[in-house]
Amino acid sequence: MAEGLSLTLRQRAPIALDCTLECAAGELVALVGPSGSGKTTVLRCVAGLDQAGEGRITCGGALWFDRGVAVPPQQRRVGMVFQAYSLLPHLSAEDNVALALWHLPRREQRQVARQWLSRVHLQGLEERRPAKLSGGQQQRVALARALARAMSAGDQAPGVLLLDEPFAALDQVTRRKLQQELARLRRELPVPIVLVTHDLDEARMLADRMVLLHHGTSLQQGAPEDILSRPADVRIARLVGHTNLFEAEVVQSDGAGASLLWQGQRLTVSEKPRFRPGTRVCWLIPPEGVLLLRRDWTPRDSDHNLVSGCVEDSVALGPYTQVGLRLESGGLPLSFSLPTRVARRYDITAGAAIRVSLLAESIHLMPWSDLSAQLSLS
Amino acid sequence: MDWSALWLSLKLAACTTLLLLPLAVLLARPLAWSRFAGKGLVEALVALPLVLPPTVLGFYLLYAMGGNSWLGQTYSALTGRTLVFSFDGLLVASLIFNLPFAVQPIQRGFDAIPRAAREAAWTCGLSPWRTLWRVELPLAWPGLLSAIALTFAHTLGEFGVVLMVGGNIATETRTVAIAIYDRVQAFDESGAATMSALLVAISFAAIGALHFLTRRVGRGDG
Repeated sequence: MAEGLSLTLRQRAPIALDCTLECAAGELVALVGPSGSGKTTVLRCVAGLDQAGEGRITCGGALWFDRGVAVPPQQRRVGMVFQAYSLLPHLSAEDNVALALWHLPRREQRQVARQWLSRVHLQGLEERRPAKLSGGQQQRVALARALARAMSAGDQAPGVLLLDEPFAALDQVTRRKLQQELARLRRELPVPIVLVTHDLDEARMLADRMVLLHHGTSLQQGAPEDILSRPADVRIARLVGHTNLFEAEVVQSDGAGASLLWQGQRLTVSEKPRFRPGTRVCWLIPPEGVLLLRRDWTPRDSDHNLVSGCVEDSVALGPYTQVGLRLESGGLPLSFSLPTRVARRYDITAGAAIRVSLLAESIHLMPWSDLSAQLSLS
Repeated sequence: MDWSALWLSLKLAACTTLLLLPLAVLLARPLAWSRFAGKGLVEALVALPLVLPPTVLGFYLLYAMGGNSWLGQTYSALTGRTLVFSFDGLLVASLIFNLPFAVQPIQRGFDAIPRAAREAAWTCGLSPWRTLWRVELPLAWPGLLSAIALTFAHTLGEFGVVLMVGGNIATETRTVAIAIYDRVQAFDESGAATMSALLVAISFAAIGALHFLTRRVGRGDG
């Protein structure tokens, strides 16, 4: 990790922070959290634009921040793409990039700036001022400038690339395109990359690992898929958007999995058990773990947990229809989604009685916490 | 037509503008970006020449720069010249009564620069000095231009303070504005009229140039 970025930040005010983050060279870590969770502040601390109360930041073996040490932003090799790009309106695209190369001779500045602009597919637009560029093109210039700063290190070690909601201001088509380009480009970049975003899908698409930030506290780190499907606790589950959260009791647990007693019904769970029989737990199932069953078919194997209920509401959202199911056994409703054409074919409308299967492999157990108490959290 | 008066006025205006500009940048920058105790007081002091009668300002300056004052004595000890009734004193007075005309537009210019623009420059590795030249001054350019035009034109036209501090000494302190007054007193109406017309023309040209240049800057940005 000596080559990468490593930080711990702690402070009470003005924004409470308690954050640790590791990002190896060549790795892309997404810093994810709702608005106001302190993501941008963490990034600004790395860049040296803000200072945390205490903590430690090292990058590429260099100490940037510690007790009594605060290296100014100029001396941190940080390529930063700001939220609104912060291009300088009086400079052309090329000169904006060349600004990060000021230490080179003028001719070399132009040459290297043009190289970076062509890396982000902006050949031919070098002379344009930012106001004459589209949002997507501006974002590319900002990325080229950040890359020029982070990468053209000469004999120094490359620095770090910081991306602060770089896709937030773009329309969806442009966003998808630039996300793909970043995914392609980053494979050739030997620097740690930290991406700040509030978009879980974006984190899932682009990041190797993800750090979930809430009220300035880093809650869980890991591969995006792991955090999304196996959140450590109910609070994190809610933050990443899980709504199918229920309480149950573990009745049996062995090497093969566990059984839960939930509203008088036994559920099979194939997750490696972490809770002893008799423990109260919370469990979740993501919408994609809920399967609609045809009326004439009943699966026999134990991977299916059959549940019946009455459709409470069904809302078509383009290609997918969101279904809320009131269970026969009572309790909180279950939500899942279906392809809209399937919902039409089987007439899944309010009042319809249906059966679904909760896939044993999709159920995830978490330590018990009072579900009703935290409903207002997010 | 008193050509030496015109020359003196232009010289005074040019020297004032040249000396005041860096001073105003130095003063306007923290006023635009920093919060410090007494900022309101500094802003009020800078604005004071706008509202004070020129004679009042001139009176205090005369008092502060006179032969009995600390400033006047130090100056003559150092240079062998006096501050009052000399071009040097006129220049000092001019710097002071032009403060709001230079500082306020520049302050507005710096105000308009988003903090993120400077932060972008810092993360690019630009030192504060380099940031000033490459980012801040170019972006504050409309404000600087206003300051230059206003200071220049205002110095050409200033009468009260000049008369109080400089008196009416040919080639030393008699500016065009004083010379016009002088001609009128001497019933030389055609002399006064020529010089007045010339002053109008120069001032108009200065403001015109300002508009032209700011429009060009604006187009460059848009």
